[in-house]
Parts: sequence; C-alpha cells; structure tokens
Amino acid sequence: MATVEELKLRVRELENELIKCKQKRCAEKDAGGSQKHYRQRIEKMSAEVVDSNPYSRLMALKRMGIVEDYERIRSFSVAVVGVGGVGSVTAEMLTRCGIGKLILFDYDKVELANMNRLFFQPHQAGLSKVEAAEHTLRSINPDVSFETHNYNITTMDNFTHFMDRISHGGLQEGKPVDLVLSCVDNFEARMAINTACNELGQIWMESGVSENAVSGHIQLIIPGETACFACAPPLVVAANIDEKTLKRDGVCAASLPTTMGVVAGILVQNVLKYLLGFGSVSHYLGYNAMQDFFPTMSMKANPQCDDHYCRKQQEEYKRKEAERPKQEVVVVEEAQVVHEDNEWGIELVSEVTEEELQAASGPKPDLPEGITVAYTIPEKVNAPAGEMVEETEQSLEELMSQMKRM
Amino acid sequence: MADEATRKAVSEIPLLKTNSGPRDKELWVQRLREEYLALIKYVENNKSADNDWFRLESNKEGTRWFGKCWYIHDLLKYEFDMEFDIPVTYPATAPEVAIPELDGKTAKMYRGGKICLTDHFKPLWARNVPKFGLAHLMALGLGPWLAVEIPDLIAKGLIQHKEQQNNS
Ligand SMILES: [Zn+2]
Repeated sequence: MATVEELKLRVRELENELIKCKQKRCAEKDAGGSQKHYRQRIEKMSAEVVDSNPYSRLMALKRMGIVEDYERIRSFSVAVVGVGGVGSVTAEMLTRCGIGKLILFDYDKVELANMNRLFFQPHQAGLSKVEAAEHTLRSINPDVSFETHNYNITTMDNFTHFMDRISHGGLQEGKPVDLVLSCVDNFEARMAINTACNELGQIWMESGVSENAVSGHIQLIIPGETACFACAPPLVVAANIDEKTLKRDGVCAASLPTTMGVVAGILVQNVLKYLLGFGSVSHYLGYNAMQDFFPTMSMKANPQCDDHYCRKQQEEYKRKEAERPKQEVVVVEEAQVVHEDNEWGIELVSEVTEEELQAASGPKPDLPEGITVAYTIPEKVNAPAGEMVEETEQSLEELMSQMKRM
Repeated sequence: MADEATRKAVSEIPLLKTNSGPRDKELWVQRLREEYLALIKYVENNKSADNDWFRLESNKEGTRWFGKCWYIHDLLKYEFDMEFDIPVTYPATAPEVAIPELDGKTAKMYRGGKICLTDHFKPLWARNVPKFGLAHLMALGLGPWLAVEIPDLIAKGLIQHKEQQNNS
C-alpha cells in the first residue's frame, strides 16, 4: 500500500511533469520547435581551437603545463548534496569543466524567493531543484551524465539510499563516487553527510556560507586523517561584526549571490586541484567578506571524536601511516596564538550569570586568526544537573498509548 | 537567553540516559521509551502548572512525529499542527520542528515551515547530548518560538482565530 509520503512524492513528480510540458510548449512556440541550441555529444576532448569546441580553453591548461592530464576530468563522479545557492553554481562549474558524472541530491523546489541567487530562473519556479538543475546542466554540456535524487538525506529510508549511491554511484556503476560535496545549509544535513562519509571512508568537501551572508568557508575532510565535522564544534569564520549591532530579530538568514558565488568558486577550485592534481589543496579556507580576508588552516582528526567511525578511520589511518616507508619530513604550518579573550564576541548560552557561562564553556581548539568555533563544549560535566528518567516496566507500546490518552 | 519560567520548566523534565539514534535497533527502542517517559512527565507538569500547550505522538518506529501545539492569546486558543522527522544523526542533532500552516507567514521560518531557533539553542543542545530529548526540544525550542511569533502574527493579522477553537 502506498504511504502518504509516497503519494506526496508521486504528486510532486506529476507536478514536475506538467511544468516541464508547459515549458516545452512555450519553448517550441519561441523557437519554432527546433532543438538547434543543443549540441551533439563529444566523444573525445580535443585541444583544437575552433569556435565549436567547448573544451579548447580547458585543454590549454595542459599545453601551459598547469594540469598534466586534463581529460581525466571525464573519469570522475562527484556527488553534490544540496543544490541551492552554492550547490547549483558548483554543479554548473563542474558541468562546464566536463566532469564525468554528477549526482545531485536536494528535496527542495525552486521558488521565486531564490532569485537573489545564481543559476535558477523564474520560469523554473515549482520544479524540484534537482530536476530543474539537470535540465539546464544537460543543455550546457550533454557529455556529463546526471543522476538526481529528490529527497531529504537526513531521514532513515533516504539515508540508507544516500549511503548506497555514495558507495556505488561511480562513473562505473558499483564503484564509489570520487568525491562528495556538501553544499547544504543546515547542521543536520552536514552531520548526516559526515556520518555517511566516516562510515564509508569517503573523502568529501564541506562548504558553507554564514547566515549573515558575509563569510563562508570550504573544508576538505579525509576520514581518519583530517578533522571530521564532528571532531570539533562547527568552525566559523569570524566576521568581526559587533554582536550588539547585529540584529537577528525578525529573520533567520540573509543571502548574497556574491558570497555564494565566491564560496562555490573556491570549492570547485579545490575540487579541480584535488582531482586533477595541481597546486596545493586547501584543508580549510575561510572567506571573510567584511575584511576581504582568507584565513587557512589544517586540523587533524580528534582522537576523542564522538563519531566512533571517525575514531575507527583514525586507527586505520595510523596503521597505514606506520606501514608506509618514511619520506621526507613534511613541514606543518605552525598553529597560531589562541585567543584567550572572547574577542570575536561569540556569546552563546542560555545561562544567566557569568559563572554559569564560564561553567558551560569548554576548551577552545588552537585556531589561527580569523577562524573560531561556533560554540564550545565543556569537558565531561560531573553530575548532570537534574534527575534522570525513572525506569518503568511499561513497554514502548504502553507508553505510546498513555501519551495518546493524555 | 532563556527566561526563569522556561529554565524552571526545563529543570523539571527528566534527563535521558541512552545515547542512541534511529539507526540503532534495540537501543533506539530504549531511547524511545525514555523519550516518551520524559514527554509524559513534561505534559503532566504543564497540566499541573495550568500551562498545557502541546501533544505529540509518533509512528511505531518513532522516526516521524506529529501533534498539535496551541497558544492562548487574549483568552482565545490558537492551535497548530506540527510535525518533524528524527534525523539519522539524532540525538547529536535536534530535529527541525515544522508548522507547515505558518509557512510563508513569518521570516522566522525556513522552507517547509521549519521554525528558526535562536542562536542559543544549538550550543545548548550540543552541550547536553544525549541528556536532552524531545521534551527539551519542545520546552526550549518550540515553546519560546510560539511565545514570540504567535502574538506578532496575530497583531499583523496574519493568523485569525478559528471559531471552533473558541471552547478552550
Ligand atoms: Zn571526527
């Protein structure tokens, strides 16, 4: 029997079909029914400079000695989770670069309220973001293969499917994807991606734009090696705004196409460097739009991370490192001073007094100037303040019906 | 920053012991029992304090929750349906509570009618994993949100009182 969720999804699909049909009819009226703007697929990337070759300027990177083997771009599969302000632009850049395969995940639909951001167009309002994106991207570059999933990855059923596509959605079906890109806008989804990638040992990149729209960051996460998303409280780029002047009342989040475009740009740049092996790949790169400051840093995985798969991956990494023949010493960037005072003005708790605030704060990791944590967590709290639930003999079913009768 | 009344209400909600999410089989059932025990206690507390303001129930797996919450303003009861899914990363991350019928009426909401919690909520939740459960989410998240947003929405004429809700 179909569940309400399944029926909702079906309605959604049919709505999408209808919108597409309407659009197609409009387009036919405009263009006299021709498909002349769509180019044919190109079997092999060529460096030949002719006006019909979309890859000539990319292949020039090879001639100039920047990239050794640009054609390898076609052998990679990248999953983009979240096709909003950052994810859609990220997907477009990768499409134009000629990536082999893109897997897009998003449960949202295009709204007119998104038009302050790049990529989507007003006539796509109502379509699911993944479907609208695939449509546009395919017309930009038909050489890329696309796979789209219109669901929320953080719920039970979808998460299992999500894990399966990460581990089997490679260019060659059955192989894992080469990279996962997190372009989501919330903590829950980031943690879900983190959980999946720690379990699968999947390398991924995190990206984010702050809710005040004037800072952002990207981060490379190699499970077991570099800090995962659960290794420390969320890292944020200090915007250096006086908290007292920052008015949060009345709105959730602001957004700017500029900041999102910059973050998508530094994200895809890092992806290209990582996949094609040129330049140095950033472990963490922040963007402070107020001061035009780009702090960078590198952070090792935390042996006390709450995610046990992260700790397991760390063991695995240590084992591999020990087995590896010794190479020349890698110079590690020196960690900079810790800010003892709260100069970035993070103030976070619901505690009322100064002592309570002190008690609720935890150690701050060693971070370079311009990067901080969204909050700190105290080391083990002694006795929990308050009583714990009392054990009863009642079964879950009994408790459920007791709650229902209230 | 939570007010005194909220702090008191929260301190009377029993804390949870089992650090387990929906992907764990047996331990999740144990966690769910604790969730229900804490919720029942919280609703009882609210009733005896003459401040009964929500009901919640879940599917049998405890992964999808739905219910009603209400707010009394000028002696009139305004009632709303609420819903949320338990994320796979629960209890490390709190669920996002949604009131779909208010979607688009206030800027203090994300897409789909998910309420926008204060900056204080996330650190507070993170510091109290796994002791905080859904009852705490109601008390520290949804409760304060309704208290701020509903009077504002009424004042702006964006929500009207439904006649049948009159007998509160
Ligand atoms: Zn970790």
